[in-house]
Amino acid sequence: MLKSIRIRAAIVILLCLAALVYLAPSLSTSLPESWKKYLPMDKIHLGLDLQGGMHLVLEVDSAKAVESTLARSINDLKENMMEKRIRFKLTTNAAGGNAAFEFPDAPARDAFDDLLAKQYPDLEVASSGAVEGKGIATVKIKDKRALEIKKMAVEQSLETIRNRVDQFGVTEPEIIPQGTDRIIVQLPGIKDTTRAKSLIGRTALLEFKLVDEENSLDEALKGNIPEGDVIASESRLDRTSGRRNEIPLLLKNRTLMSGDALESAKVQIGDRFGEPHVSIKFNSQGATEFERITGENVKKRLAIVLDGVVHSAPVIQEKIAGGEAQITGSFTMEEASDLAIVLRAGALPAPVTILEERTVGPSLGQDSIDKGTWASIIAGILVLLFMIAYYKATGLIADVALTMNMLLLLGVMVAFKATLTLPGIAGIVLTIGMAVDANVLINERIKEELRLSKTPRAAIEAGYKKAFLTIFDSNVTTLVAALFLFGFGTGPVKGFAVTLTIGILVSMFTAVFVTRILFDYFVWNRKIEKISI
Amino acid sequence: MEILKTETHYNFVKLMKPTVILSLAVIIIGIASLIWHGGPNFGIDFSGGTLIQIKFKNATHTDKIRSAFQSSGFEGSIIQDYGPLEVIVRTPERGQNAASLTTDVEKAAQTAFGAGNYEIRRIEMVGPKVGRDLTRKAILAIIFSWIGILVYVGIRFEFRYALGGIIALVHDVLVTITFLSLFDKEFDLNIVAALLTIIGYSINDTIVIFDRIRENARKNIKQSLNDIINASVNQTLSRTILTSFTVFIVLLVLFFFGGQVIHDFTFALIVGTLSGVYSTVFIASPIVLLFEKIRPSGLKRKK
Repeated sequence: MLKSIRIRAAIVILLCLAALVYLAPSLSTSLPESWKKYLPMDKIHLGLDLQGGMHLVLEVDSAKAVESTLARSINDLKENMMEKRIRFKLTTNAAGGNAAFEFPDAPARDAFDDLLAKQYPDLEVASSGAVEGKGIATVKIKDKRALEIKKMAVEQSLETIRNRVDQFGVTEPEIIPQGTDRIIVQLPGIKDTTRAKSLIGRTALLEFKLVDEENSLDEALKGNIPEGDVIASESRLDRTSGRRNEIPLLLKNRTLMSGDALESAKVQIGDRFGEPHVSIKFNSQGATEFERITGENVKKRLAIVLDGVVHSAPVIQEKIAGGEAQITGSFTMEEASDLAIVLRAGALPAPVTILEERTVGPSLGQDSIDKGTWASIIAGILVLLFMIAYYKATGLIADVALTMNMLLLLGVMVAFKATLTLPGIAGIVLTIGMAVDANVLINERIKEELRLSKTPRAAIEAGYKKAFLTIFDSNVTTLVAALFLFGFGTGPVKGFAVTLTIGILVSMFTAVFVTRILFDYFVWNRKIEKISI
Repeated sequence: MEILKTETHYNFVKLMKPTVILSLAVIIIGIASLIWHGGPNFGIDFSGGTLIQIKFKNATHTDKIRSAFQSSGFEGSIIQDYGPLEVIVRTPERGQNAASLTTDVEKAAQTAFGAGNYEIRRIEMVGPKVGRDLTRKAILAIIFSWIGILVYVGIRFEFRYALGGIIALVHDVLVTITFLSLFDKEFDLNIVAALLTIIGYSINDTIVIFDRIRENARKNIKQSLNDIINASVNQTLSRTILTSFTVFIVLLVLFFFGGQVIHDFTFALIVGTLSGVYSTVFIASPIVLLFEKIRPSGLKRKK
């Protein structure tokens, strides 16, 4: 009997020590160096509602990714057909995921079908017909391929956003996919939320386009935009007033180069005004391409376009070798460094929209922690006192179990990196309730057995045996509810479910296993006539 | 110390009719209240919209706050007091771009109140799409937890017990919703967590009594189910009171000292646990009895 008690006590003590080891970093800031080397340093992971920070749910417009893939294929197809001298007219250019062609005669249509089947495995004719003797074909990306593109777009966006956030320097960010096209971004402790949002949400598509200087901008602004041109605006800072002006520019729609070929981007301070700008460097392939483009377009203006906005449109003075370029645009230091980050991390394959945003200020979080902790401590002490008042010495045993319950619960939360949220604190308190219930069930049973004039030892034996099944059934049913909470819950609800689940498991252990050791120890080898219960 | 000195012999089963009427009355009042209020008072988690929580240095008039945010798309906003010098500004939908929300709010607040006179403690924005999604998930979570409990209790006990337990906890959820609606509390994700906790607590309580019924039925096969239920509820009565009392202490402390953020959450839990105790005693077991009358099962007696 004593041996069994010793073994069981050893298990409990080991578990408590382990919990203490896990909790130490959260309780003390001045742990010795050797601790940092060999022992866990994780602190209790606090939810955003407790430590403040930003929670974003983004939706990737993956249909846009399919659209732009189609647009690229159609461009290629167009050039290919012109080379092969197939006569056609493009009536819809990839808008809404469809492109429509018009063919003057049957041979042209046949040649088109032939070309499509041979060289464009991803494309298919969605519908065809004839209007006034002309053949019409609507082309789209095959459904299976479109699904792949959409999936890729989400994965790539996730990766890109992760890169950006990492470079921005947020500690313990969480970036996880949700469903098929959503991304959750959690940035604890962030203060400049506007900046973080623009960093995360920006598509960052960098393009180089030529300024159209042959056609009149005024005409274009009146609505006569020349074929193959587009109007963009340049954002320019007026140094005297400090205001930003939007200046319209007429650009050739064709993208000569994009940001794909970038190797690096960094902030540099200009010599003349001491102004920051971003200097970019292309990889070797990009450098060759850039050299060719600049060589072919000397004395023309090359616009550097980011997400449709022109940052600068300098005149190419000479062929630029070496693959280096600068993006100027009167940035602040922060803007420049954010731009460098997004350029390095690459463009998002599709635009993202913010579906949900929750920002909790650090002071509110601190308030919540303070109040929640205090309320929990007060409630806990009241329960402990009540148990002693009601059950006397046996109440003390229950109190040991309850205290251990709390210790193990928090320890397990740190070990499993579970997040403690505000409802989670309520979950802890409820766990106390469940643990109390288990103790009450056992003690009431023992009382009943004692009333049947059993010896203390027999009463304890029978009490535990009878109470166990009830405790098991009632806890497991609550556990079932907690698991569904976890499965379907989001945010704070999930945090609550985690705490409750761990709490139920731990409380079953402490209420049944730990208290039994103490009971056994006190009645072991002693002729106890009465239990103080 | 003992709450009940001797074993009690209250006839709980006899009280079945009036209590069922009482419960139905409360639920009907709840439905009426929901209709009166035009449905549950959904928070932005479910209805979508924006919420700004601001703490001021000095007392600031509601009208001033309202006019400050007018131009940023917060026209029809509701302004609620939230503790001393703290308010919550809520708007159902905001036309403007979500990306500029924080900037717009900061700008509007700075112009109206001046930097340093206020602190924006919380900004939340939930798009309508996400709101629908969260609602669906919340309902699914509740329904699936019911099914899960039904299956588990059905296997561990008998189907009638599972049914009695489920009806009792559906009762508790409805009663809680009734009181939330009567006090015009907001339904948000935290309330869903509370409802699920109530479900867990209610079933926990019910199982304890069912367990005793099962045990007593095995011990005394000649006794009528009516008497067995009465005896079982009486035998577990001191435990029921004791446990509920401790949980109640904890909840009261949380309610008064836990801070605004979990105020409504604990309110729901207090109503739910009270209803849980009531339904355990007066609803769950009599339903088992009712089913016994409708369709007697010999199962229990065999063992």
